[in-house]
Amino acid sequence: MPEAMQHQSNAISRRKFLKTSGGVALLIGASGLLPQLISCGDRRNLQEALAKYPVNAWVRLAEDGSLVIYNPAAEMGQGSMTSLPLLFAEEMDADWEKVQVEFSPQVSEIYGSPGWAPGSKLMFTVGSRTTNSYYTTMRRAGAQARQILLHTAATLWGVPIGELSTSPHTVAHKASEREISYGELVPHLTMPDPLPEVGEDQLKDPADFRLVGKDIARWEIPAKVDGTAPFAMDLRLPDMAYGALERGNLHGAAPTLENESEILAMDGILKIVPFDYAIGVVATTLEGALEAKKKMKIRWGDSQASGFNSQEAYASYAARAETGPQGEVITNKGDCERALRAASKTYTETFRNDYIYHAQMEPLNAIVQVAEDGSRAEVWVGSQQGADSKLGVPAQLGIPPEKVDIHLQYLGGGFGRRSMSDFVWECTELARAMAPRPVKLVWTREDDMGYGTFRPMSLQRLRAGVDRQGRITGLSHLVVGDGGNLVASGVQNDHYNIPNQWAEWRSASHGIRLKHWRSVGHGPNKFAIECTLDEIAHDLGQDPVALRRGLMADAPRALATLEKAAEMARWSEPAPEGRAKGVAFVEHGSLGTGICEISVDRDTGQIRVHHFWCALDAGVVVQPDNVIAQMEGGVLMGMSSVLKEQITIVDGKVQQSNFDSYPLLRMLEVPDSVEVALLPSREHPQGVGETGTPLVACAIANAFLRLTGKRLRHLPFTPQRVLEALNT
Amino acid sequence: MPKISLKINGRTYQAEVAEGTSLLWVLREHLGLTATKYGCGIAQCGSCTIHVDGQAMRACALKAEDLTTGQEITTLEGLSEDGSHPLQRAWVEVQAPQCGYCQPGQLMQAAALLQQNPRPSREEIKSYMNGVLCRCGTYLRIIKAVERASEIQNNPDA
Repeated sequence: MPEAMQHQSNAISRRKFLKTSGGVALLIGASGLLPQLISCGDRRNLQEALAKYPVNAWVRLAEDGSLVIYNPAAEMGQGSMTSLPLLFAEEMDADWEKVQVEFSPQVSEIYGSPGWAPGSKLMFTVGSRTTNSYYTTMRRAGAQARQILLHTAATLWGVPIGELSTSPHTVAHKASEREISYGELVPHLTMPDPLPEVGEDQLKDPADFRLVGKDIARWEIPAKVDGTAPFAMDLRLPDMAYGALERGNLHGAAPTLENESEILAMDGILKIVPFDYAIGVVATTLEGALEAKKKMKIRWGDSQASGFNSQEAYASYAARAETGPQGEVITNKGDCERALRAASKTYTETFRNDYIYHAQMEPLNAIVQVAEDGSRAEVWVGSQQGADSKLGVPAQLGIPPEKVDIHLQYLGGGFGRRSMSDFVWECTELARAMAPRPVKLVWTREDDMGYGTFRPMSLQRLRAGVDRQGRITGLSHLVVGDGGNLVASGVQNDHYNIPNQWAEWRSASHGIRLKHWRSVGHGPNKFAIECTLDEIAHDLGQDPVALRRGLMADAPRALATLEKAAEMARWSEPAPEGRAKGVAFVEHGSLGTGICEISVDRDTGQIRVHHFWCALDAGVVVQPDNVIAQMEGGVLMGMSSVLKEQITIVDGKVQQSNFDSYPLLRMLEVPDSVEVALLPSREHPQGVGETGTPLVACAIANAFLRLTGKRLRHLPFTPQRVLEALNT
Repeated sequence: MPKISLKINGRTYQAEVAEGTSLLWVLREHLGLTATKYGCGIAQCGSCTIHVDGQAMRACALKAEDLTTGQEITTLEGLSEDGSHPLQRAWVEVQAPQCGYCQPGQLMQAAALLQQNPRPSREEIKSYMNGVLCRCGTYLRIIKAVERASEIQNNPDA
């Protein structure tokens, strides 16, 4: 395949190019700041300029036309390494084949996208915000680069800039039939003064996009296929030592090491580093550190989690839902209680949702090197970045942020777990103890799971009321669980016309470590909402798609995804014998409707998903095939979590430790097909990474209801729970 | 510490490692052959799949000292010189990886499959590949890529 091979050769020429110091750096500023031209050979000036100016993006153009574009976001499989540079290249009118991509420095004042607080900037690859938050930034920066090239050509030829045009990597003056390549312009580059502002109206019309919306191969895939793509786990530094921590499986328990001298006497053990919640060890080899960790005799104290049993806690959650007190009100639209009292029929549904674990395939790890006098540090890590400056390492070491360099690596999966820097801080402590020796900290899978940060367990109590015409007039959604938004996200129904709505979160606290897990509260909450809708449809003898069609009358974009998915799945035709289809709608930035077709083995309780159809409106789609891949992957990860995954806590202790006790979806369990349709749109791009996953629980449970007349109301749908449901 | 000698990708490597050290740590941390990944350490995820005398095996479950008697070890680094193995070409063509971490194991498992069975059916692919986990959910593309690689291998002009 020629395109693929081209990317292969790009990977090689990239290395070559980085060694040369020719060419110039174009520092493309935020509006109001003049761009700068700095020779790539002048590293100091370059660094100073980068530190000084609020530069949004940085492109390095060499005389041979090769171009490096920075990617400011983490690459964890979602394609940022291609999508963000592609936006820049689109507006610059660059030849994509000449583009190399590098991670930008991790300096959020320079490379951040607009943060949540007005005027703030953030480098944080979370919430499916990457393309959404960088779309305009990258395009404007690329357009400014093009302006500089046009200005330079106009000056060189003495012609009005308005007479010039660009085609990929080339400026042309049609009247005099002259052309010059971007590379050839490098020695002549000059800044326009004043620099014309590039307003949104000067950006390309999406209809003229040459790269955006086309199937451009992902830039880093060849390296992921020949084994050269560097993950932090793969790096080795000269004289590097290895660290490991024993943390136990009772979160927050204080350790007492009872055989310290025995551990220190082991071969190659360099140091024991105690933590409040763990005992760290540093050794000359990884196997030595792991062996020492295994040999540690640790007496564990109690923690807040002691005595906590997750499966028993649902009773207290139900009581909390029943009797209050009232928690935090999230939605209060109309008068929900009055609507429920006035309803001709009401429905009350209770949903439960067990803890689940991220299970990113690359266990957590980092390498940190702290200078002997503690004045500087370097960090090599696969991270989703964070709100703390330089992952919080400067604050931890008490040094200024500019004294810490973060070398971002590819992430072997993120899913929210790598948006927390606990493992980086641990490694920094080990490295501080070993300074100036670099230390690589490796979490074993058992560490990663037993001391995981989970999607919290929760209970959803939904009450809905319908009037005599069968219209839903009120919906009350109560969430009980630990973690605020971790359990409460996704309770809103902005695309359903339900006049009276109430949503409320009631807290719980168990001392179990928690974290955002792909799509966060949307998984459990959409499960509850969408199943309640199907319960009503089932009871009133309505078609589930028709019921949603009525609710979406004022939400044409959502409705279009429903109609498209119904068409793809041939909703109106009966499913094959022994199978049924179920539908669900989810909004998570982008809007998606999913329909699955399932069957159930009534002897074993195994649910089999045969097909999954999704229709998605994500606004402008930068990389269509990649968005399809995100939906495919999101659906399969959803299936895994919904059908198989469960963390249980007994007396505060996590009961699962590895993939033998926490099984993931395997290849024999995949559907025959996952089909994705992307609806055309000119709207601003919306995130797609978290729309597929929450579709799955509700679509399966709704199909199950249509197939069996029984309800699945507790995630995950293990065979045992399926059998219990069938026998009710 | 005992010195061992291993035959990997047609070359001989020496390492000085403690007895009982897994082949995985020797490959990755002692020899720098890091395409083979650590995922679970208990032969459940398949990220560390390599070939020993052509058979797909999990490096995490092998002791390095048991492979010093002439066994031929192949890692992803040895699958092709330049990423041009039919599986690698097919993997790029269908854009199979997402995060990419499990893919070396997937590729090595698939390579063993195609050596034994150059024209596997879809069910044979699923069954043979079942031991290698992917969290990003790329399974459907992996199946497609193995089918495509089989075509390329059986008809290089395809």
